[in-house]
Amino acid sequence: MENFSYSRPATLKEATAQLGKEHGKIAIMAGGTDIYGGEMKDNLLAPERLVHIKHLKELQGIRQGTGSLRIGASTLLSDIVESPVVQKQAPLLAMAAGKIGTLQIRNMGTLGGNLCQRPRCWYYRNNYPCYKHGGNACFSAIGENDQHAILLGGPSFIVHPSDSAPALVALGASARIVSGTGERTVPLDKFFVTPRENVRRENVLLPNEILAEIDVPNAPAGSKAIYVKEMVREVWDFALCSVAAMVTLKDGVVQDARIVLGGVAPVPYRAVKAEAALKGKTLDEASATAAGLAAVDGARPLSKNAYKIPLTQAVVKRALLSLA
Amino acid sequence: MANDDREKLSVSRRAFLKGGALATGALSSTLIPLGPAEGADRAPEATDLDPRRSKIELKVNGVAYRVDVPNTTTLATLLREELHLTGTKVGCDRMQCGACTVHVNGRSVYSCTVPAVDAAGTEVLTIEGLAKGDTLHPIQQAFVEHSGFQCGFCTSGQIMSTKALLDRNPQPTEDEARQALSGNLCRCSAYKKILESVMTASRLSRA
Repeated sequence: MENFSYSRPATLKEATAQLGKEHGKIAIMAGGTDIYGGEMKDNLLAPERLVHIKHLKELQGIRQGTGSLRIGASTLLSDIVESPVVQKQAPLLAMAAGKIGTLQIRNMGTLGGNLCQRPRCWYYRNNYPCYKHGGNACFSAIGENDQHAILLGGPSFIVHPSDSAPALVALGASARIVSGTGERTVPLDKFFVTPRENVRRENVLLPNEILAEIDVPNAPAGSKAIYVKEMVREVWDFALCSVAAMVTLKDGVVQDARIVLGGVAPVPYRAVKAEAALKGKTLDEASATAAGLAAVDGARPLSKNAYKIPLTQAVVKRALLSLA
Repeated sequence: MANDDREKLSVSRRAFLKGGALATGALSSTLIPLGPAEGADRAPEATDLDPRRSKIELKVNGVAYRVDVPNTTTLATLLREELHLTGTKVGCDRMQCGACTVHVNGRSVYSCTVPAVDAAGTEVLTIEGLAKGDTLHPIQQAFVEHSGFQCGFCTSGQIMSTKALLDRNPQPTEDEARQALSGNLCRCSAYKKILESVMTASRLSRA
């Protein structure tokens, strides 16, 4: 690892003032599990300066908003998992956050960091000169691609690795982003960008911006939700496929449904066709199967990941049946 | 981290002068043990003349220290190579195996991936902080009774994760214990004995 200078600004304002005009030279670090434990240790990134933001009080904690929870981006994942108020108002987020990594990782990592982590693609992590490293190729397209995207892939075929992101997109959360010159609020489904929109980055954050807070609307009254994650192992891994499913039922009939997939697309993928297939239906074997099929409509597998299609269908179906 | 990155840590002039006045013979000359009231809530300071080193104050097992290290130093390296607390092990150095598990401000973390500068102002608990003199901590006792190890390399991490679990959930089910320790690998695969140790530790800790 290249050595670097380190700063621990006293305020968010001081932190944004230290940021530069390009990604990578001056890097923001919260929990550090990805940028320090992954990218810097593996020499994917050698920032001149790390700006530490985990300690900033302005970025910590879970506050009641109007019909929502406002969660500071530097809030520990463990605090979210254990929070009675998150368990009550946004149980889907608590469930998904509990599936992240291991206890130690949740004790180190933050919600903002989980949303902003870089791809797990082995070509990226082994420093191949791919799109993500400023190059002009995605090696997974014709290489080892069994963990890569089946939806929205191309020209890069990474999958988004976050567990909290599908849950937050399903809940309709938005991100408050702060820079030295002001702030903006972006709905989370617009926060993540596909490789067609920007092949180098996975979200809209500019080099001089900090993700400050996530606004999480309360789960609708009468809704039920679950997060299901399939991994190579039973614990402690990134998702091959995951689903955040939330349904609002009235007399057993689906009024509204949110189905968001992780691990199968370069962004958390909202399966709108699956949601539409459920509306007005009773939640049962037939409707859950149909939703599973609709969820992967339009999927285009690579040479080694076609298994993700039946896997995703099954995971969506299982998630929905558990809510029936 | 490659070996060549583990720079030989030198002593700053200021630290040397202070260390000369304060340090006890048992500690390395880069260390300055502080009084019990000092050391908390202090942000790191860049070392004079080198912005890529930091002066750090932290408490480990109740003792306050001041060290001056390159910013690439991990908490695990600080504990092992500066403070000579070698009970904390480094296996994968990548947050995968859990051998380096210690507590920072009461939470279990992978010390291989906590930059030492990030630990400035914190209270760290390592395996060395559990026993009281010659009396083992109940969790250590349970691991001895059940032989919750084979080669022993992962054991200090397993014990620190067990402590993190029992601190928050004194009576876990076996399934909760399995989940809580899933971030600690045992290459000898002594998992059954480790689980027995955790369940016994829960009973002993409450006795």
